Amino acid sequence: MSEQIRTGRLSVLAAAWVVARRDFTAILFSRSFFFFLLGPLFPVIVGALAGSVGARVQASAEQPQLGVVMRGADIDALLAARARLAPVAGDALPGLVVLRRLGHNETVDTARELAARKGNVAAVLSGNLAMPVLTGPEGLIRDWRGSVSMLAAEARSGKPEAYPEVALKAAATSAASERRGRLTTAQSAQTMLFLLTMMLAGMVLSNLVEEKGNKIIEVLAAAIPMDSVFFGKLFAMLGVSLVGIATWTGAAGLLYLAHGPLFQALPEPAVGWPLLVALGVVYFAMAYLLLGSVFLSIGSMASTVREVQTLSMPVTMLQLMVFFFASFAMTQPGGLMERAAMLFPFSSPFAMLARAAQDPALMPHVLAIGWQALWVLILVRIGARLFRTRVMKSGPARRRKRRWGRRRVTGQLAEAN
Amino acid sequence: MASNAGADPAHVDPRPLAIEASGLVKRFDGFTAVDGVDLRVPVGAVYGILGPNGAGKTTTLRMLLGIIDPDAGSRRILGAERPHDVAHAIGYLPEERGLYPAMKATEAIAFLGALRGLPLKEGRRRAHELLERHGLGYAAERQIRQLSKGMAQQVQILGTLVHRPKLVIFDEPFSGLDALNQGKLERMMRGLAEDGTTVIFSTHVIAHAERLCDDVAIIAGGRVPFAGPVDVARDRIRPQVRLETRAREGAWRAALPADARSEGAFWTFSLPETGVEPLLRALIEGDAGILSLSIERAGLHDAFVAIAGAAAARALEETPEQEQGR
Repeated sequence: MSEQIRTGRLSVLAAAWVVARRDFTAILFSRSFFFFLLGPLFPVIVGALAGSVGARVQASAEQPQLGVVMRGADIDALLAARARLAPVAGDALPGLVVLRRLGHNETVDTARELAARKGNVAAVLSGNLAMPVLTGPEGLIRDWRGSVSMLAAEARSGKPEAYPEVALKAAATSAASERRGRLTTAQSAQTMLFLLTMMLAGMVLSNLVEEKGNKIIEVLAAAIPMDSVFFGKLFAMLGVSLVGIATWTGAAGLLYLAHGPLFQALPEPAVGWPLLVALGVVYFAMAYLLLGSVFLSIGSMASTVREVQTLSMPVTMLQLMVFFFASFAMTQPGGLMERAAMLFPFSSPFAMLARAAQDPALMPHVLAIGWQALWVLILVRIGARLFRTRVMKSGPARRRKRRWGRRRVTGQLAEAN
Repeated sequence: MASNAGADPAHVDPRPLAIEASGLVKRFDGFTAVDGVDLRVPVGAVYGILGPNGAGKTTTLRMLLGIIDPDAGSRRILGAERPHDVAHAIGYLPEERGLYPAMKATEAIAFLGALRGLPLKEGRRRAHELLERHGLGYAAERQIRQLSKGMAQQVQILGTLVHRPKLVIFDEPFSGLDALNQGKLERMMRGLAEDGTTVIFSTHVIAHAERLCDDVAIIAGGRVPFAGPVDVARDRIRPQVRLETRAREGAWRAALPADARSEGAFWTFSLPETGVEPLLRALIEGDAGILSLSIERAGLHDAFVAIAGAAAARALEETPEQEQGR
């Protein structure tokens, strides 16, 4: 290394890179990143458990069954027929419950059997296999008539019947259904974008508070411009989040390969899936950078976690409103509301992603991304300026605070001297 | 805003200046924290900014470093008007020390160097070298959280110097250090100056400034009533006479100057402008019984009292160490 005296400074980008590199590796190898990766699993697991339990409850509580009151031989034949047909017909066949096996010449009052309300018995099948009789609510016995007829026929013949192949002929979707489908895709994309953004913006906030707790921020502020500190932190967290998204996408891909599609496929977006995914990543980055820069400014001004929570709550609420605004605007494509949502920086990524799902034009996206990037720059500069003017200060205001709250942990940067 | 004009007009320093600040003003919420500060720090000097807590020391240093901008006045650091333009040549140890707890000592030093433009690889090499040289080689691969507070402070000091700055600014560097480490730091600061590095530090402990500094700025209430060589500050007040007499009363007492104050068997007063001979004659003729008489040059403490006022001196003495160590 040359001993020549070195003066000069790092450029804003080079300084941001130093900060981002440190933050990126520190977060990537921390426990918090592990929990961040697991984060999306929790709602999925809880949702799956709730859905499973709900389905079971619903199945056991609501699945109507057909009570059977026939001669023993007929009942056995019916049960065997149902067992044979079940793999083919599945849920179309009602579940059979044997209410009573009748003796020779024995008769039964089916209305009374039904009134006894044994289990989930919704109707009663009596008579014989040649002339089955269904007793029950009118709508239900009409629905079951075909199935019972099929069961009786199968029970009588004792061998599988041949079922005709049903030819399928797909019809082109209507404009209305296509629009409805794309709206669903747009809604899903917006929701996913919102959830990801909120999760990450919160992380960047806690990262900065931690930084202030480490008392290193003044060293950073003395060595490099605050803009670089902010950009470095924002992009480090963005990098971390992209690693997270890549991990989740990889895991989802593996699940898809192993089990096939887990969810019903969403309708094709207007710009096509590959471009929608690419735009989704860009708009995610923009939404995150916009919100993250606001949270970073808040985090830099607050000195305790409690202060951060207090300050960030209104921003979170506003972000929710922005999300609702963008969601609402999506339902009025081309209208004033949608244009406003596309122009307002914080709702712009959401509105534009929804637009990508509904409109194939690409030029508006180029303009919107430039517009959003400009606002990221503006917000970071404002945040850095606020930090310099409001945080790096000394004087009696600080001492007054201490007098009223002597035990409060305050930021190291406001120390008077 | 007119500046304090704290620099001693009689003293013209021919050395080139590392820092030249003129009329620096900083206000926070209507409160003027720094009010027209002038500083001229010669290259290679050890320069102390001496003042009580709340005097404006940290705010002045932050303005010099470009962490905050002054509301008025100008500054020139190593020839640059914007301090960040010469960031590679500056080292800064803030009053509130802090490093990333999960970082290893070597990485922490290299990171601080990287912020000042030193490539990471070179930073790591130098970090190992510095840690070895300062007896901390065994802690090179330990995380900061595994080090004692004193060791972590030493690591941060090494990180401040790893890029070999031309100008080093320490804010209350001795706070929180034990006597042994204070001594080590003093030696390190002298060594830096001997190598041609300009060292500025703020302190509320006069002894540190007196031992280390060639030049000093006395700051109180956001103003600098004096800035210049320590000797010039001490010469601002007359030498002090300390007299011990056998007799307590007598006509000879009329010969004592008006500022004479009694401390047991001793009298202390400023050396009269007429010199010591007329006084001695009067004492002998008045049979005061002189047991001892010494004439001492004023210390920096006396100079501080004379320059900044008794209230500032009391504030300086009352500044608790834990306040400074935060």
